[in-house]
Amino acid sequence: MTIEDLRECAEKEQARQAQFTHRILYCSSAGCVSSGCDAVKAGLRKAIDELGLSKKCEMIGTGCLGLCGEGPLVFVQTDRTLYQHVDEKSARRIVEEHIGQGKRVEDYAVDLNDAFFASQKKIVLENMGRINAESIEEYIASEGYEALAKALTEMSPEDVIAEVRKSGLRGRGGAGYPTGLKWDIVRKGVADQKYIVCNADEGDPGAFMDRSVLEGDPHRVLEGMALAGYAVGATQGFVYARAEYPLAIDRLKTAIKQAERFGILGNRIFESGFNFRIDIRIGAGAFVCGEETALLRSVMGRRGRPKVRPPYPSEKGLWDKPTVINNVETFANIAPIIREGSAWFAGIGTPKSTGTKVFALAGKINRTGLVEVPMGIPLRKIIFDIGGGTPEGTEFKAAQTGGPSGGCIPKEHLDLPVDYESLPTVGSIMGSGGMIVMDSTSDMVDVAKYFMEFCMDESCGKCVPCRVGTRHIHGMLDKIVRGEATEVDFEFLKETCVMVKETSLCGLGQSAPNPVLSTIRFFEQEYTSKLISAHEFNGTGLSPLSGAKES
Amino acid sequence: MPVVTFSIDGEQYSATEGENILEIARDHKIHIPTLCFLDGLSTLGACRLCLVEIEGTPKLFPACTTKPTEGMVIRTNTDRLKKYRKMIVEMLASEGNHQCAVCIVNGHCELQDLAYEVGLDHVRFPYLYPDKSLDATHKDFVMDRNRCVLCTRCVRVCHEVEAAHVWDIAGRGINCEIIADMNQPWGTSPSCTSCGKCVRVCPTGALFEKGAAVGEMHKERGFVKFIVNARKKREWVRVAPEDE
Repeated sequence: MTIEDLRECAEKEQARQAQFTHRILYCSSAGCVSSGCDAVKAGLRKAIDELGLSKKCEMIGTGCLGLCGEGPLVFVQTDRTLYQHVDEKSARRIVEEHIGQGKRVEDYAVDLNDAFFASQKKIVLENMGRINAESIEEYIASEGYEALAKALTEMSPEDVIAEVRKSGLRGRGGAGYPTGLKWDIVRKGVADQKYIVCNADEGDPGAFMDRSVLEGDPHRVLEGMALAGYAVGATQGFVYARAEYPLAIDRLKTAIKQAERFGILGNRIFESGFNFRIDIRIGAGAFVCGEETALLRSVMGRRGRPKVRPPYPSEKGLWDKPTVINNVETFANIAPIIREGSAWFAGIGTPKSTGTKVFALAGKINRTGLVEVPMGIPLRKIIFDIGGGTPEGTEFKAAQTGGPSGGCIPKEHLDLPVDYESLPTVGSIMGSGGMIVMDSTSDMVDVAKYFMEFCMDESCGKCVPCRVGTRHIHGMLDKIVRGEATEVDFEFLKETCVMVKETSLCGLGQSAPNPVLSTIRFFEQEYTSKLISAHEFNGTGLSPLSGAKES
Repeated sequence: MPVVTFSIDGEQYSATEGENILEIARDHKIHIPTLCFLDGLSTLGACRLCLVEIEGTPKLFPACTTKPTEGMVIRTNTDRLKKYRKMIVEMLASEGNHQCAVCIVNGHCELQDLAYEVGLDHVRFPYLYPDKSLDATHKDFVMDRNRCVLCTRCVRVCHEVEAAHVWDIAGRGINCEIIADMNQPWGTSPSCTSCGKCVRVCPTGALFEKGAAVGEMHKERGFVKFIVNARKKREWVRVAPEDE
């Protein structure tokens, strides 16, 4: 394929789409699949066929439309109408009234001027509700693979890295390492083979950003990886996806096959000297494999256990070769940066945290779903304008970011800008984008215990502080919840948390105590109110297994 | 080879680039406690006992895998490190079923030595009393998982030196266990050569020879270094056993 072929393909596809007066898109992401979008799809198809509208109206499955809590969702692209809670019956009405007679079905329509949509800025999710998630032609018609073609024909690898560096893009997996810098290290590494790895092992409870991107726009990730390959001189890429994402893996497989057929992956891409292949590796269900060194070992077919860094993967990664490892969302940002230029991207967000961030809103919030916001947006805006606040009759208590590695942000910090620098000042982290909202009905000790149980179960067992420490911290929290812990236990809990944080080998153990430490920091009263005095403890007849300093 | 200079506990030292902090410290008789580390085997950095402080970063680094750089200021024995080392030994003590009085290596056990060293007079964590198994199916040796500290020396010596790879780890987190081959009785393992290397490197009484009574088992762990040196450097010099 040449760049002319790509343009021709885009034009052909645009012409094909233009022959329909209406394009009706149903959300085919896992959230809507679970709320019954297959029946909606069948209903739409049947109605279109029965009413003889198949020449006039095209029906396709698209990526996540955002309002995951209100699914199944249907979007009429032509006049931008979004319908929620669609079932077979209302699907027929949409076809009959909206497509057939040209009037909106107000009963199900969602107001697109609502703050949920108006406050968002879509870069990574721009193709959701725009293209068919399983069609490379539609991706190409929506400026897809333009960036790769541009890079291969007009830019040197150094130019690509310089552009990514100037854009200020930072790793979206959570740590926020500058992407351009990482690529530069790999580029400068001397080796006969280098690798690109995409981390799609999204494991934080309540997070589904990467899944949605892979399900809705897999080609964008492939394009980002190919650009990275060109930039650093790698010819092989791996996507490491968790087995719990079968739909995402299917779409990814389809996308890779399509791209290979089009000559966009393979040898001499766009008639240049650049060869690049992508393979999928499927995880076996370990959270710790989201940690980069464990992930790389798992890709190589070994037990997924982290190892001590340095050396970092950018020096010694897969089979000891320099390896770029980035998150799905990071790769999804690359093509727009190359296409639109770094200055455009750097203009979004804050000077140190540029661009946008995708968040998965979950928990006690009115509109759960997938949102993309510019960096630096106040937390209040995400939760109250976009998320619509907590359910009626309850009061916002805290937002948990960063999953089991992050912390809770209480009410008094609601005006905090959401970026890489600000969140750590209140003991949380940006994380990969999970945001769980808690209201006045949530018990913070329970929340901490839940996350600690998760970390305890997911600890790989390699280093002592994480293997044994998470088990004991969980036990201590349980003791507090049971109302059997004293002040001595509470002090020891804090001591153990700090110890596990400072001595663990990898990010899992180092951040596992964060939910406990941050809930203690802001909601200490919830802990202390559950403690009992030494006198009361003696009355329980329990043996003072831990913390018995008096003995 | 380029030389780097740095300080350990206030004293200036120099070493050739590529040596790790633990090796250098040992050369200069600076004691850093270790458990998963064993001369001759690959380094793991997993037990976290050899953690040291490096000026300029709040992070702690395992001495066995960290290489000093020019001007590095290393501290090996601060109050924070001592406290954490004690807590790690405390955690290990609470994790298994360690009963020194009835143990085959009582008096010659690295975990016991560590407990003395860090001054472990009591354990603040509740004992977990895990339900672990004992495998006595091998004709010469026994694996008692109650006494295992998961240092993986046996796994590494079997893979790296004997090249049989009988041992590996199953499960995760607190449920990790050392298993033979496809999680089968050791005696039925077709890959085991009965060389006994794993038994000799084990820091505790988890692996022992049959026929020894309580306190009778002495281990000899210096042989790994001898074998590795002999193979790599062609130095067939038997050094005096280090442990006894």
